[in-house]
Amino acid sequence: MSVLCLVELDSADAVVDASLRALALARGLAAGADGAGPLLAVTFGPAARLPLDVLGAAGVSEVYAVEPDQLEGYAPRAWARVLAGLAGAAGAGGPAGAGAVLAAATDRGSEVLAYLGAITGQPVAANCLEIAPAPGGTYRLVRQRWAGLLLEDAVLAGSPALATVSADAGAADAGAAGAGTTGDAAAVPAGSRPVVHQHKPGLTEADLRVRAAVSADQGGGVSLATARVVVGGGRGVGGPDGFAPLEELADLLGGVVGVSRVVTSQGWRPHTQQVGQTGTRITPELYLACGISGAIQHMAGCGSAKHIIAVNTDPAAPIMSRADYAVIGDLGAVIPALVAALRERG
Amino acid sequence: MEICVCVKRVPQVGGRIVVTPDGQEVDTRMSGFAISPHEECAVEEAVQLAGRYGGNVTVLTLGPAAAAEQLRDTLALGAGRAILLATDGREWGPVATAAAIADQVRRQAADGAGYDLLLLGNEAADTGDYQVGIRVAEALGWPCATGIKHLAIDGGGRVRARREYRGSEEAFELRLPAVITVKEGINLPRYPSLPGRLRAKRAVIEEYHPDWQADRLRMTGLRVPAEQRQQATVLGTGADAVPALVRVLEELGVLK
Repeated sequence: MSVLCLVELDSADAVVDASLRALALARGLAAGADGAGPLLAVTFGPAARLPLDVLGAAGVSEVYAVEPDQLEGYAPRAWARVLAGLAGAAGAGGPAGAGAVLAAATDRGSEVLAYLGAITGQPVAANCLEIAPAPGGTYRLVRQRWAGLLLEDAVLAGSPALATVSADAGAADAGAAGAGTTGDAAAVPAGSRPVVHQHKPGLTEADLRVRAAVSADQGGGVSLATARVVVGGGRGVGGPDGFAPLEELADLLGGVVGVSRVVTSQGWRPHTQQVGQTGTRITPELYLACGISGAIQHMAGCGSAKHIIAVNTDPAAPIMSRADYAVIGDLGAVIPALVAALRERG
Repeated sequence: MEICVCVKRVPQVGGRIVVTPDGQEVDTRMSGFAISPHEECAVEEAVQLAGRYGGNVTVLTLGPAAAAEQLRDTLALGAGRAILLATDGREWGPVATAAAIADQVRRQAADGAGYDLLLLGNEAADTGDYQVGIRVAEALGWPCATGIKHLAIDGGGRVRARREYRGSEEAFELRLPAVITVKEGINLPRYPSLPGRLRAKRAVIEEYHPDWQADRLRMTGLRVPAEQRQQATVLGTGADAVPALVRVLEELGVLK
């Protein structure tokens, strides 16, 4: 079966990690029960700068590249129109119709697939972890609900099948594909580089009615989503004035401060620092959770941390069953002492 | 400005989610219900906008009769009118939900006072489908912006909306009537006032009964993922634990 996958590129023209995961799942689906079909990628940006080695290593055989002279920047409905055209364009210069269209469950991927679902009248399965062909032209899938706290088994009867792929899907596979982004490009056998088609979509005024203007970067600093160390503060911090030692510690560790929902809903810290289901999902080496009980909505945002250390007065707090290490005690005593010890260590 | 906010009744899950023995729904015998966090902010935004520009706020939900509870909660926050699209308790997929909402918006327009702005949460806390707002917008032919964390509307009906995007911001400009989905952080929702609560208690909730339609994404079962439960290694108590903590930080390689 032929599978079409929206591939998002970052500002340096690299494939974003979430799209690598989507490609890994799309590749498995394309290679499915009825014999191997092509994996087709759709990109928006200059075709000359496409990371073809990475796309080839991810199993992509053909890329449909929409150049900036055709469509500049992000316009969700227009992107969906492009996918709809390619998925259904038998004999019109596009691939001979795609059995499935996938995208990463990012803000953009989710948005574009929702438009695609609305335009084509098809259902969209959001946040999928697994998809496989099932009898009767249907698909059996597993998707996340409650930000991953619950799994749904479902059957999708869409043609094409539309789905977004969770950031938690096949982490190991995507990691392997991601390795291609660094030094392994040369290891890709010659001939596996995908064929690039410069795609010229026919777009209407209505498709371009909503388009994004990207403002300047929010100004330096380590971002919460990509920080290597996150020092978390929860209700136990006690108030807006209690964060100074946490900031100091984060600074010493080259990390940033993240907070729980109660902290932002009390107005102690801005929402941009919130870790959790309705905030930011973090993936640090270390999450040092101070005065955080570990409600499941919070764990949905920090469960992907490699290591968790909890500092909490309550040895029975839920976070204790998710942390690797714990210090039982008041963060107001522990954190300043830790800061002092690290300073002394130099 | 006529604003309609769409909300969804979802279980208030606490420490853990429990699924019913038949694996078909979340066990809510021990939990309360609320609207999704993003939607609390949508209601707040609507009330603030109506305060700034005049006009009325309608709150709309599709759900069982018990969802009237959530409508009254939002009436207490300042919404003036409440509409229940009553279901028989079956789960509605995003396609059917969006169709029912779009029908209601058209009905309202046919009655004279059509909406200028539809506000929704970016995604429901439970199903997380990320698509009802866009499907409603497409059905109505209105522009839509999603995941919005800053919203401004000028007198000429021009909407300026911003959202976060990979550490920076994306800005959208669109014209009313429009659909906007918001994310938590766009504002700090207020608490209900006592007069608000009393008014909400007395308010009449309008009720309609849209037809259920099967979704071609059919849930066959729900399950809780295998837990990665463990027990943390306790390094010590209070400041006395700091030397052990420093050693662990060294081992993890996070010290500069």
